[in-house]
Amino acid sequence: MSFFKQHLPVWLTAIIGVLTILSFFMPHPLIADPAETLQNWAIVIVASGYVLGAANVLKVNGEDVARRRTNWPYKIVLLASMIGMMIIGFFMSGGTHFLDAGTKFTWAYNNLYVPMQATMFALLAFFIASAAFRAFRIRTIDAGLLAIAALIVMIGRVPIGQWLTKDLPEPWQLPVWASWLLEWPQNAAKRGIAIGAGLGVMATGLRIILGIERNYMREDKS
Amino acid sequence: MSWGERLEKLDRRWIFLAVGFLVLIPLLFPFKLPIAVSGPARRYFEAVDKIPDGSTVVVSGDFDPASAPELMPMLTSSVRHLFRKNCKIIALQLWPGGPPLVDGVLHSLGDEMGKKYGVDYVNLGYKSGNEVVMLAFGTSFSRTFPNDYSGTPVKQLPLMQKNDNFETTKLLVNISAGYPGTKEWVQQAQGRFHITMVSGSTAVQAPELYPYLQSGQVLGLLGGMAGAAEYEKSTGVLGPATKGMDAQSSAHVFIMFLILLGNAIYFARRNAQGRA
Amino acid sequence: MGFDVSPDPGVWIAALLTLFIFSFLYKDNPLYKFAEHLFVGVSAGYIVVQQFWQVLFPNLIEPMFFQPGTADAWKFWIGAVLCVLLFTRFSAKASWLSRFAIAVIIGVYAGAKTTGFAQAEVVAQVQATMLNLWDPAHIGASINNIVLVVGVVCTLVFFFFSTEHKGPVGGAAKLGIWYLMVSFGAAYGFTVMSRISLLIGRFQFLLDQWLGIVRF
Repeated sequence: MSFFKQHLPVWLTAIIGVLTILSFFMPHPLIADPAETLQNWAIVIVASGYVLGAANVLKVNGEDVARRRTNWPYKIVLLASMIGMMIIGFFMSGGTHFLDAGTKFTWAYNNLYVPMQATMFALLAFFIASAAFRAFRIRTIDAGLLAIAALIVMIGRVPIGQWLTKDLPEPWQLPVWASWLLEWPQNAAKRGIAIGAGLGVMATGLRIILGIERNYMREDKS
Repeated sequence: MSWGERLEKLDRRWIFLAVGFLVLIPLLFPFKLPIAVSGPARRYFEAVDKIPDGSTVVVSGDFDPASAPELMPMLTSSVRHLFRKNCKIIALQLWPGGPPLVDGVLHSLGDEMGKKYGVDYVNLGYKSGNEVVMLAFGTSFSRTFPNDYSGTPVKQLPLMQKNDNFETTKLLVNISAGYPGTKEWVQQAQGRFHITMVSGSTAVQAPELYPYLQSGQVLGLLGGMAGAAEYEKSTGVLGPATKGMDAQSSAHVFIMFLILLGNAIYFARRNAQGRA
Repeated sequence: MGFDVSPDPGVWIAALLTLFIFSFLYKDNPLYKFAEHLFVGVSAGYIVVQQFWQVLFPNLIEPMFFQPGTADAWKFWIGAVLCVLLFTRFSAKASWLSRFAIAVIIGVYAGAKTTGFAQAEVVAQVQATMLNLWDPAHIGASINNIVLVVGVVCTLVFFFFSTEHKGPVGGAAKLGIWYLMVSFGAAYGFTVMSRISLLIGRFQFLLDQWLGIVRF
């Protein structure tokens, strides 16, 4: 039984991983067709994963309501809105046409989902300003370099940077400095990080395929 | 309490209020500062403009409402630019929150510019799976997306009968908010399927994409609302990105002021404590 | 400049929810909490519906049940079994069965990521770093190329921890840190731009679609 529970999944990961790598180099149908089938399976499994996550949201928040835990009245709002969206989407919006213009589901998307998600992220603008005042401290030369680069990019990439320095010779204009900074020294550091990260991902991918790394097989016992 | 101490202990809600005003006022009373087109944005425009008229282009709108202010103007300008060149568009989305936004742009510009759905443009909709979708899509458009956004089998659509993989397309336009996005398209599709691509991305992601621009993996890059405004200027149709740049400028100047003020207070107090 | 307030109740709901969430800036309050929980519920419901109609139905259910004569139907049946196995995670006794579905995902992603990163992040990037370091006819381009190549090498030296960062290696690592600081500063500047843009977008909605004061 231990073979089916422990070893077979690891062997499957290895075979599937090797097949996917080989499909990069070999367009032959013997490799490419099974690889495409596996990709299509992965697509539907990921979709099921989203549904699993939503089911978990129902379970966890349902328990919170049942046991009257902190903020439980708000959890009723959560559950009601979730179930409401599902009813509208499955039964009241024309099936596969559920996101067409004019459906009830699209109305909910445009007037509930869009404004709330957009505003949640818009809050960050205020916090970044507050953090700039209270936390951004230039204590070392390195931090000073960071600050100078940040200020050049922040002002140089918006119209006011062009307007403030428009009468200076072109090499002295802020947008030119910002562009140079982005295309050369910043680029170099990002490329160094990309190469390093690429080597790391290759190593981790091979570790997973070879079965050395098996943390993904651990189950959540809670 | 000295001014320095008072400012250090300032309730952050005053800063929030100042940011709110400094963004609101330029939106109501614009300064109309001129916008200069940067190198990467010009290269984006030229890469799109250079493809032969009537070509088939894949447009991947990988974003959601949280990034819409930066990316919707890019998508709108790109689709308008492509429709002007009578290009055919095959659109897909890899972020669950974005499909209706992309569909709205396609249909409104399609109606405005006399384009016919199924012949001039198709919206394939969304698939989960991130980079695996890119791999499968590159192999066969129709096997990955058997139906379009509204559930119509793609084999019934004339545009999809002539295009089933990247061999018949001339360009990939990727409007990207993060993962999955431009990085994944470069990793999974650009090299493997030999496609040319341009990227419009959020400002957060843009610095990471400069290595791809310099290496030629991406031919042009729009970064954030500034990049969107530059592309709007290049295409000659000014929109919300251009109108937001004055507010962007004033907010940036304010944040620069906050950084300098915060550090000035810090150094003044440190010197005072050192003397004491 | 006048008001042209929207008569659409949907726009009013969107505007009020926007203001509820902005109220968090003053302090946490019941209106914000209500909007926050509504958002989570609406998002979760939206995702389930979308995954079903745009992924599971066309790619699995329709070929299995609504398209007789589908070629290689067995592939769809195995896919369906794997999807169902994922849900065994809810059972303590049967959760080991979900490992098969996870094995497919991990195998495909590990393979895809390994080759993708190897080609795009290592080979292509190293190739693009092999630049002409000295061309007397183009001094400016030569200096830029030197800046780029030195930066890439020094950044990689900084991340190489198998040798102590002393002497020439230490000097290169120090220069690498400076390059990294410049890149973090640029990233910070762009992050500020991004966050402010999101706020501009929300204000444009309130001023244009809700109050009709300005048209964008």
